[in-house]
Amino acid sequence: MTSSGPTERFHVLAQLEHLQSKYTGCGHADMNRWEWVVNQHRDSLASIIGHPDHLSYVAICENETRARAQYNLLCRMVQPCGPPPEKSPLDDL
Amino acid sequence: MHLYNLTLQGVTAINCAAHGSFSGLTKQQEVCVAKGSILQLLYCDPKTGKISVLCSHEIFGIIRSLLAFRLTGGTKDYIVVGSDSGRIVVLEYLPQKRAFDRVHQETYGKTGCRRVVPGQYLAVDPKGRAVIIGAVERQKLVYIMNRDAQANLTISSPLEAHKNYSICFAICGIDVGFENPTFACLEIDYEDADHDPTGAAAKNAQQTLTFYELDLGLNHVVRKYAEPVAERGNNLISVPGGHDGPSGVIVCCENYLVYKNLGDQPDVRCPIPRRRNELDDSDRSLMIICSATHKTKAMYFFLVQSEQGDIFKVTLETEGDIVSEMRIKYFDTIPPANSMCILKTGFLFVASEFGNHQLYQIARLADDDDEPEFSSRTPLEEGETFFYMTRGLQNLVLVDQIDSLNPLISAHIEDLVNEDAPQIYALCGRGPRSTLRILRNGLEVSEMAVSELPGNPNAVWTVKRNIDDQFDTYIIVSFLNATLVLSIGETVEEVTDSGFLGTTPTLGCGLIGEDSLLQIYPSGIRHIKVDRRVNEWKAPPRRPITKCAINRRQVVISLAGGEIVYFELDMSNQLREYSERREMPSDVLCMSLSEVPEGELRSRFLTVGLADRTVRIISLDPSDCLAPLSMQALPSDPESLMVMETPGEETGTSSIIHLNIGLSNGCLLRTTLDQVTGDLTDNRTRYLGTKPVKLFRVKIQKRDALLASSSRAWLFYSYQNRFHLTPLSYTALEHSSSFSSEQCAEGIVAIAENTLRILALEKLGAVFNQVTHPLKYTPRKYVVHKASGNFISIETDYSAFTEKAKRRRRNELAEEIENLAKDPDEKAIAEEMAHSIRNYEPDEAIFGAPRAQIGKWASAVRMISAQGEAAFSISLVQFRSQHDAVFVLVGCAIDLQLRPRVCQSGCIYTFLLTQNGSRFEFIHRTLTDEAVNAIHDFRGMALIGVGSKLRMYDFGKKKLLAKCETRVGLFQIHIYKNNNFSNNIKQ
Repeated sequence: MTSSGPTERFHVLAQLEHLQSKYTGCGHADMNRWEWVVNQHRDSLASIIGHPDHLSYVAICENETRARAQYNLLCRMVQPCGPPPEKSPLDDL
Repeated sequence: MHLYNLTLQGVTAINCAAHGSFSGLTKQQEVCVAKGSILQLLYCDPKTGKISVLCSHEIFGIIRSLLAFRLTGGTKDYIVVGSDSGRIVVLEYLPQKRAFDRVHQETYGKTGCRRVVPGQYLAVDPKGRAVIIGAVERQKLVYIMNRDAQANLTISSPLEAHKNYSICFAICGIDVGFENPTFACLEIDYEDADHDPTGAAAKNAQQTLTFYELDLGLNHVVRKYAEPVAERGNNLISVPGGHDGPSGVIVCCENYLVYKNLGDQPDVRCPIPRRRNELDDSDRSLMIICSATHKTKAMYFFLVQSEQGDIFKVTLETEGDIVSEMRIKYFDTIPPANSMCILKTGFLFVASEFGNHQLYQIARLADDDDEPEFSSRTPLEEGETFFYMTRGLQNLVLVDQIDSLNPLISAHIEDLVNEDAPQIYALCGRGPRSTLRILRNGLEVSEMAVSELPGNPNAVWTVKRNIDDQFDTYIIVSFLNATLVLSIGETVEEVTDSGFLGTTPTLGCGLIGEDSLLQIYPSGIRHIKVDRRVNEWKAPPRRPITKCAINRRQVVISLAGGEIVYFELDMSNQLREYSERREMPSDVLCMSLSEVPEGELRSRFLTVGLADRTVRIISLDPSDCLAPLSMQALPSDPESLMVMETPGEETGTSSIIHLNIGLSNGCLLRTTLDQVTGDLTDNRTRYLGTKPVKLFRVKIQKRDALLASSSRAWLFYSYQNRFHLTPLSYTALEHSSSFSSEQCAEGIVAIAENTLRILALEKLGAVFNQVTHPLKYTPRKYVVHKASGNFISIETDYSAFTEKAKRRRRNELAEEIENLAKDPDEKAIAEEMAHSIRNYEPDEAIFGAPRAQIGKWASAVRMISAQGEAAFSISLVQFRSQHDAVFVLVGCAIDLQLRPRVCQSGCIYTFLLTQNGSRFEFIHRTLTDEAVNAIHDFRGMALIGVGSKLRMYDFGKKKLLAKCETRVGLFQIHIYKNNNFSNNIKQ
């Protein structure tokens, strides 16, 4: 790369920030394990809800109606992997 | 390049449905349904109550939501489709073309069913000014709909109504009249929960009902107002506004229905009633799974369906603009649905979530019956609710069903009953509505009438008396030495004054000219005029007529020895013989004339099948009459010929003429006949059966269709712009003809052995004919015992009761009531109630099964059932130590909980198959330490996946004996692993 310089770097950063704000679930450099897993779970849960056949599959397994299965999955999206880990004071350094 | 696939049996599950007047005809409503990737338009005929498919379109994507909307003042509904394409698509149905037309297609995001890409939810402003499309999380887009100067639908660029960190449960449009369009959303904000390590924020996360207003003046969307909801909801119902009602929204929450509106309106909260004395876990909340709104100028009401399938009628009482009371009343019970549509013609279309879809007629609106009506005004403690008793259908009448295989758990293709074609054994359904369906390739035939005849007839025809008649007048049945004429009316009766000669067999008959009848018999032709005058043409002595072909103006006969005589109707309606006859090189086996084309005097071609294995085309044009045009050699003797015209798809395009040749070796040959030169091109052959193929013309949906009868009867017809050649699921037919009467507008009359049958075909387009056997629980797996052709299945349901447990629970309930009673009066009542509880056994296929607590299972190996044990695997095993016996091994998990996954132990049931596989005997039960997920026969022992271990078991007297084990991967792989592993070990 020839045109590397501080402006270029800022430009990339700005682009990344733009992507992160546009696409929920985009990772960033300081992401921890919990955030990563939570995003994965939310993505999967949303995908199950979005595919009608997959939702039926869950409904049959749990012997629930499809509407109830969808409701349960939506509720689980709020916190799919338990509470976030305690923030260690080192994080802010 | 077009790549496409055609499925034999399309998707039968309906995920969403929307109704509206899509064809734009007043008072006609259609239902648009999404079957997986197929978009279909259904029409429910209000006269017959039958559902028919108007149009079906494969979209090669996943349809997630459907919506019907109508512009203000419009008369035609458009369809909005939310799919996985990252686009909003607006469709219009064109009734002339019988096709959907894409009006708009706006891209807004990536493809796929993603978390933040809209497509999951759709809602419309009730005045049709704006459509909102939402994602599961964050994104919502609003499109403004309008019309331009040419009255075409226009769509605006999207307006964002995004909200970060919010999960959307439901969206609906609020009826605000002509004020700014407003949408209500049920949302949960999870931002706090993501930053609270104690977990308290997540626990207290509250659902909010948020109103988004589209400011038409400023062209943007504002988040107008958000209000927390006490219980979490899953569904929103828009309430009519303006002149028709109070506007606002009903939130369907767990256990409650809550009416909310902007402004001074206080919440009106009504508990969802529960079934009296149900066996369900009483701590379980109750939810509304779908709803339908009915609105006329005078009134409106809602039908909401609970999880158990019970429908309630909900009405609102108003004082001025303020809603004062919500009333709820038990309506009827039908299987749980994905969507319901109330049609203006008084029908309720129900897209069941699993199993067949139904069409009900709404016979009563539950206005004045003795069913109790519950009100939100009744003072109740928190958590208390109303109770009602379930009963059979009272307000709804089932009129039609659409077969659905959904959910298809497993299927097996084999010829177990030794028919000539294999059957598909499909395990379908869920819970008490599960079925084993046997599918056979064939069209279902409904038998309208069967009557015995004095002998074995050899041919049958129907004729009209006049060309303008709508229905047929006579059925003519020909025997070896006689002809029987039956008149068609209220009943079918023999007549003798028809003018037909009854003492001779008939070779052919039909209507000729406007109103005369024609009978061809071996020694002559009989032309019967309308005033019963008869003109006869006698065949030359010792040269009887062998074959004939007729249409409305032409008659061709062949005399013994292969001479062809041609007659044509002249201007004075007399049959005139053509001056020449034509000698054929060998005997004539069959002949056919096509119908006279519209606006012409004659059909131009005669097709003749000869004993020298050829088919010849002979011109009937006056300029070269009876001159041979072309011929085609055949692999075997022609048995029957039929020239059929297929009209072009659209009016104005020319039609195609096909020549169908039935061969004596059981094949059907179809070639295209050139309309100018008479050349034969494009041969197609299909094997139909073991007997010679005879061809008959019948009417299907007012178009000519071909009935081919060999050892089976086949129907070749055009349906929804495609040709179908389908066998009929019926006995072999000797001879047949089309049939039309007042009772049966479009049927078939046929003879088989010594019976005359009148048949109707209703399920056109269906590939399979189904035979259904009900099952008790959700079927999981099966094995086939080849020697006996028996089918052994295991059925398991999560949190369900077995028969025994249900009886015990009923007894407990009854005892509770008896113990509560103190003085003798109360006791007597209590005893009566207890008695009724003990004997109350509702049909679970209709009312649904009661739910037990979490972690309970009910399973059955068809006959044997156990509580708490979930059967997961089944296999036929032959142990080396027991040479001549076949065992059925069923692996179970004991007390398995799905979430989080906890399992105490497992067990294996061993059954001995006796009486050649028709009975099984319980031998023993082997306990294992983990759930048994897979079983496989392997070298005279059973290879069994127990939890994460793979074990080898041998047969023992008291239980199965573990021989060796190895630790392998995880649970899920097991199903595939067994085959792989046994292969590996063999190597």
